[in-house]
Amino acid sequence: MPGPTGPITGILGLSTEIIGIWVAALLTLAIYSFLYGDNPVYKVAEHIFVGISAAYGAALTYHLVIIRRLFDPLFRPDLAQPPLDAPKISLIIPGLLGLLIFSRFIPRYDWLSRWPIAFIMGLYAGLSIPRVIQTNILKQMQATIAPVLPVDAGGQYLLFSGFENLLLIVGVVCTLAYFYFSLPHRGVMGGLSRVGIWFLMIGFGAGFGNTVMARISLLIGRIQFLLYEWLPTIGIHLGAGPGAG
Amino acid sequence: MWKKLLYFDRRIIFALIALVVIIPFLTEWRASHGQITPSTQNLYNEIESLKPGTPVMLVFDYGPSGMPELHPMATALARHILSRDLRLLGLAIVITGPSLCHDAVTPVAEELDKIEGVDWVNLGWVPGFVLPITQMGEDIKRTYPTDFQGRATAELPVMAGIRDYQDIGLIIDLAAGNAPGAWIAYAHDPYKVKLAAGITAVMATDYYVYLQTGQLCGLLNGLKGAAEYEHLIGKKGFGYLGMSSQSVAHLVIILFVIIGNIGYFTVRRRRRGSE
Repeated sequence: MPGPTGPITGILGLSTEIIGIWVAALLTLAIYSFLYGDNPVYKVAEHIFVGISAAYGAALTYHLVIIRRLFDPLFRPDLAQPPLDAPKISLIIPGLLGLLIFSRFIPRYDWLSRWPIAFIMGLYAGLSIPRVIQTNILKQMQATIAPVLPVDAGGQYLLFSGFENLLLIVGVVCTLAYFYFSLPHRGVMGGLSRVGIWFLMIGFGAGFGNTVMARISLLIGRIQFLLYEWLPTIGIHLGAGPGAG
Repeated sequence: MWKKLLYFDRRIIFALIALVVIIPFLTEWRASHGQITPSTQNLYNEIESLKPGTPVMLVFDYGPSGMPELHPMATALARHILSRDLRLLGLAIVITGPSLCHDAVTPVAEELDKIEGVDWVNLGWVPGFVLPITQMGEDIKRTYPTDFQGRATAELPVMAGIRDYQDIGLIIDLAAGNAPGAWIAYAHDPYKVKLAAGITAVMATDYYVYLQTGQLCGLLNGLKGAAEYEHLIGKKGFGYLGMSSQSVAHLVIILFVIIGNIGYFTVRRRRRGSE
């Protein structure tokens, strides 16, 4: 059952925590060995990662969904969390629908698997379509309708905010012009779409800059693990940890 | 020479980046976090404005791959929330979240003498992605009938008086995927609950638009966001520590981009000249 880590037990005189740190450190180094070139050590680490990720997801789903939310309330109501007075019979419907997914393994009855898939698609489409239109289209359009000469409570012009709003409107109009293909991109339309390309390039640049920061952060995370968790297991302690400086 | 620079072994770049990331950890030098981003300051102010006892949802929608950027944020936010005597409700709509909630909040709660079940709770994970978000608009305890350890949420003191989003002061979604979009669409927009997000830097440009519309009241962007928040709460951690390496690595990458461009244009001009 997932939950807080239990008491640490020893294996060959080493605590499971130390063994865990060493396994993580060796797998980290194995993954980074790919930077030198593809090699069997990297392949082993890659396969272990994929296998463990799938197994972890399956084990948690089994315990937290199938046992805790379906099997116990249906067959062991007294052991359910929280305990129930009587079996929750209505769970038979989602349970059966879930089982129908596995009919794909029997070619003669594989059409039955379409029922739960149709149910899921219908449910999510019904939930998503109005909400996504509201959140990602209507709200964004509303935010684009901004005054280019805004005033504060005292009647003073907020010139910088006005410039920001103007930039926003120009950016939206020009970028939309770039993606409007029903008119040839010549004359005014050509000029607008060229400005649109500049806005797109600035957007891509910001995206790339953030991607670099994210990727370097991943490396920093692994280096921090190796320096502050793995090295101390072999007696090397670095002084400058969090809070230093 | 420029041609050689354009085609030299890229493993040299990898080694250089590794070196510049490691060296700051071995020294006492620490880069400044820079100017505090308004979206970070807004989230800090939002938490400061809540009355003690107000429930705050801290959502762990990430896995181990998001930890370097999001875990320092989680630790800093948990410290801020608990030190302000707000009630912390940790939960997840991503399956890997509950373990990370336990890992981030437990040490902070122990340090601040906060009791699990009384001052904070790890509600765990519920399948369905957008379904639990929608269902919590009706009843949070029915959506999460037990916490991660299997205790009935209805009996936990930390859940007293909480029914739906109207009883929640603020939701903060820490995510490495598209979960903040789901929280905006299914929690903030229909129920008008205040929402902020902490995201990996690679997602940042996708989510700034929601600040503009007011759908997010605050946003922490990657390791920089974590470092800024650690500075605001006055407790420096791994976010702050990592920013020194981040700054130097960025300088090296900028240097290589400049060298690469000069080399490319020089070689192209010479090639055209010789034709």
